[in-house]
Amino acid sequence: MMETTMLKIENLHARVAGKEILKGLSLEVKAGEVHAIMGPNGAGKSTLGNVLAGRDGYEVTQGSVSYDGKNLLELPPEARAAAGVFLAFQYPVEIPGVNNTYFLRTALNAQRKARGEAELDSMQFLKRVREKLAVLHLKDELLHRAVNEGFSGGEKKRNEIFQMALLEPTLAILDETDSGLDIDALKMVADGVNAMRSSERAFLVITHYQRLLDYIVPDVVHVLADGRIVESGDASLAQKLEDHGYAWIAERKLAGAA
Amino acid sequence: MATQPLEIEIVDESVPVDVVADALNRRYDAGFVTDIESESLPPGLDEGVVRAISARKDEPEWMTQWRLAAYRHWLTMTPPQWAKLKIGPIDFQAISYFSQPKNRPKSLAEVDPKLLETYDKLGVPLHERAKLAGVAVDAVFDSVSVGTTFQKELAAVGVVFSSMSEAVRTHPELVRKYLGSVVPVGDNYFAALNSAVFSDGSFVFIPKGVRCPMELSTYFRINAGHTGQFERTLIVAEEGASVSYLEGCTAPMRDENQLHAAVVELVALDDAKIKYSTVQNWYPGDENGVGGIYNFVTKRGDCRGARSRIVWTQVETGSAITWKYPSCVLRGDDSTGEFHSVALTHHCQQADTGTKMIHIGKNTKSKIVSKGISAGRGQNTYRGLVKVEKGAEGARNHTQCDSLLIGKKCGAHTFPYIEVKNPGAIVEHEATTSKISDDQLFYCRARGISEEDAVSMIVDGFCKQVFRELPMEFAVEAKKLLEVSLEGAVG
Repeated sequence: MMETTMLKIENLHARVAGKEILKGLSLEVKAGEVHAIMGPNGAGKSTLGNVLAGRDGYEVTQGSVSYDGKNLLELPPEARAAAGVFLAFQYPVEIPGVNNTYFLRTALNAQRKARGEAELDSMQFLKRVREKLAVLHLKDELLHRAVNEGFSGGEKKRNEIFQMALLEPTLAILDETDSGLDIDALKMVADGVNAMRSSERAFLVITHYQRLLDYIVPDVVHVLADGRIVESGDASLAQKLEDHGYAWIAERKLAGAA
Repeated sequence: MATQPLEIEIVDESVPVDVVADALNRRYDAGFVTDIESESLPPGLDEGVVRAISARKDEPEWMTQWRLAAYRHWLTMTPPQWAKLKIGPIDFQAISYFSQPKNRPKSLAEVDPKLLETYDKLGVPLHERAKLAGVAVDAVFDSVSVGTTFQKELAAVGVVFSSMSEAVRTHPELVRKYLGSVVPVGDNYFAALNSAVFSDGSFVFIPKGVRCPMELSTYFRINAGHTGQFERTLIVAEEGASVSYLEGCTAPMRDENQLHAAVVELVALDDAKIKYSTVQNWYPGDENGVGGIYNFVTKRGDCRGARSRIVWTQVETGSAITWKYPSCVLRGDDSTGEFHSVALTHHCQQADTGTKMIHIGKNTKSKIVSKGISAGRGQNTYRGLVKVEKGAEGARNHTQCDSLLIGKKCGAHTFPYIEVKNPGAIVEHEATTSKISDDQLFYCRARGISEEDAVSMIVDGFCKQVFRELPMEFAVEAKKLLEVSLEGAVG
């Protein structure tokens, strides 16, 4: 079976507030794959997630990103979402007074409409919601609250995974979804991702720690340092990083440069 | 009783509309002018005009004298200057104080079809549609009331719901007893003007023990140019009676400023309950501040009886300038006053609005929830007074006052006045100011929701607490209005 390239990033340079953060990042992700992006703080991991999702203030100065053969960078964020790109936020914002269910239904139907699919009515939508809640072992109560309002850190992250499950993206980017989670929440996040793994879907799991990758076993692990991918390997690379830290990569990079 | 929601759509979607024109008009959908001949008094104001208005309405002498007293008092007054508003000079001699559609109808069946079409466009159900909706409507077009539905059905339970002109003729004793008893003729500059020249409005009387079997509703519309609208509404709920009253307003787009100076008086006797809801969508002027309605309104409710309750809910999206403080005088022991408000200012709109809660009786309670939204160069002021008189043992007030800013050029201001003369009173005030953050917008967009939809969703969430107080059909309209009013507010 021929695997197709879903996401192709070439020589990507991006600036935030005038400062260059990504400095020639290249990456190729095929449908069905799970890629982990690891790296020290300040390496540009979250910048990558935000550039891919289209956040304002992240200025691409060089390079290209193609997704499903389209130039992703020229699409507004909502069009990227409709095309199947999902970002699980590191810091999900609160939207007071906006009911979670209403928010999700609006989002799902906006995406479906943009794709030329029929919108779901309340009954169809609720049916889908119940299915996903059951898979993720989440409580109904989540539906009745306002978007992230008064949620604990763990609840916010679970809510992100719930949204992902409901929106069924093609490319899901998880931006440090594991940070600040206890082991139960971490497992729930991993279960959510694993349940969605399929030959048509890809994941980009951005994380600082190897811990999450015990539960979500990646096909490829990349090390991001100073705005570039400096090392790629299989799942064992994550373990190596856990044992030796990031310092040896930096050293090797220096050696290579010399 | 059928309580099927009444769909109040501003545009009748069954009418095919040119796409371009539609896009241009979307910002103010109610901005059409109806082409019917109208009969107006020439512009200008003097005693003769006051007498002419009174005469045209075949009013009894006491009413004429009442108007003249108000007029003479008005002459001694000056417009209020304390509000945080920039108001251009108003030439009171350039306004026509009376305008009515020609061929006045004798009954609903004779109403000019074009007028009915206008109400259709506004979504006001004047005919059979009203029955389905279960709402009785009194529609005031320019200065006169053009038809009141359901009069017979209401009369069967003793409820009087008619135009003010009619009430002066049919129930003079009630009108005479209560008119001006809450807002005296000399209360303020615009109330005095209204008392002199008011041309119509609604009168509601709910007798003792009667729960009004349907929502009552008035739709106001200014159609003619160079006219002012001065309607007067009086609602009396006797002991144990209750009523829910809805009011909607629109006006065509014109590049002049038009004056709307209304007075609303509510009287609640022992155990009576009055709920008064307003969706105000007068023409706000264009994005440069040309034209629009001056909405200078005095609304006051008197909780005259023990355990009475008055609830004001308003959604103010229209008007170039809004000056309005629906208030409650909590005279009866254990009476309750509530004020729930959403006020939106966009482009060059200005609003100075809020409420007054006057605690006089014992154990009186009041609640204020004010949500101000400013966008463009809009200026939004909350001004509220909570006053606890000496004898008001056990009085309680809770005020929540939130402002939401969209963009960098708008302003939100809060002036809460608190006067407490009883040491046992509990008065609480909470205030917040927030902005729609880029983070919130991006979060929504990353989920596939367009920026515009994200803004209206966030605003809707901000207003939720107030919308919950509105009857269902009005809540739907209010939400739509906010969406339309905020178009182009971001980006």
